[in-house]
Amino acid sequence: MPRLANPSQFMKLSAALMPWCAAAAALFLGAGLYLALFVAPPDYQQGESVRIMYVHVPAAWLASLAYALMAGASAVGLIWRHPLAHVAAESAAPLGAGFTLICLVSGSLWGEPMWGTWWVWDARLTSVLVLFFLYLGFIALEHAFDDRSRGTRAAAILAVVGVINLPIIKFSVDWWNTLHQKESVFRLDGPTIAPSLLWPLLVMAVGFLFFFATLLLLRMRAALLEARLRALTFGNP
Amino acid sequence: MAAFFAMGGYARFVWPAYAVAALVLLGLLFWSLASYRRIKIELAAREAKSPRRRKQAARNP
Repeated sequence: MPRLANPSQFMKLSAALMPWCAAAAALFLGAGLYLALFVAPPDYQQGESVRIMYVHVPAAWLASLAYALMAGASAVGLIWRHPLAHVAAESAAPLGAGFTLICLVSGSLWGEPMWGTWWVWDARLTSVLVLFFLYLGFIALEHAFDDRSRGTRAAAILAVVGVINLPIIKFSVDWWNTLHQKESVFRLDGPTIAPSLLWPLLVMAVGFLFFFATLLLLRMRAALLEARLRALTFGNP
Repeated sequence: MAAFFAMGGYARFVWPAYAVAALVLLGLLFWSLASYRRIKIELAAREAKSPRRRKQAARNP
């Protein structure tokens, strides 16, 4: 980690890593799409509508994961002033917002045929909507001040405070009554979902993960280059 | 093939879900790529204006 603290070290490392992440993303997303649409069987209760799961669930996982990363990086930036931390958090924010949007829209499209409603104000759906607004709030705060560093700090504080929402999302289906089904993959007693549905889901999720990693590296590189450009333009006239 | 696109009667829910996912992910990809390229071009132009900086950049790219 200390080696990564140096932005120019990060530029070298990310340049080497990014093509591999991109290739893995393309491979896993391609395979995942094939498995999800052609190989996975229809569910015995939900029929073909279960295929929505293969975009809904990976998007939901990545929405929370990206937030955890954003909040963790923000905390590191606030406490240790690590030069890459805020860059990582700000690069992750629009990606997390995108995953959350996919999760909300695909969930709604799944809810209508299965629950008979596009939306319910229960704990799971509401807490994921709050997650979406946390991302939007982070992005807005970041740009809300003329002094960039103040915006960065304010957004980082919001990200750290908002982390309380993550366990609420995770356990909302256990703590409150909801139409949403309970956890069926990451369970202490093992997955309860059928393996024929689980494998395509995991392949797709790995694809989403590598996609996130690729874009995170790309956006961090862009942010570092932009910082260098700003320093050249305003720092040394 | 028609049966595949019909998705057992759930076509109007399954395909929009995949379309939204593709749209958002590709949107993020192209937006991020475009801003990366724009910044690279601007930085190259700015560094070309300042020879001292250009030498420095050549030493540690």
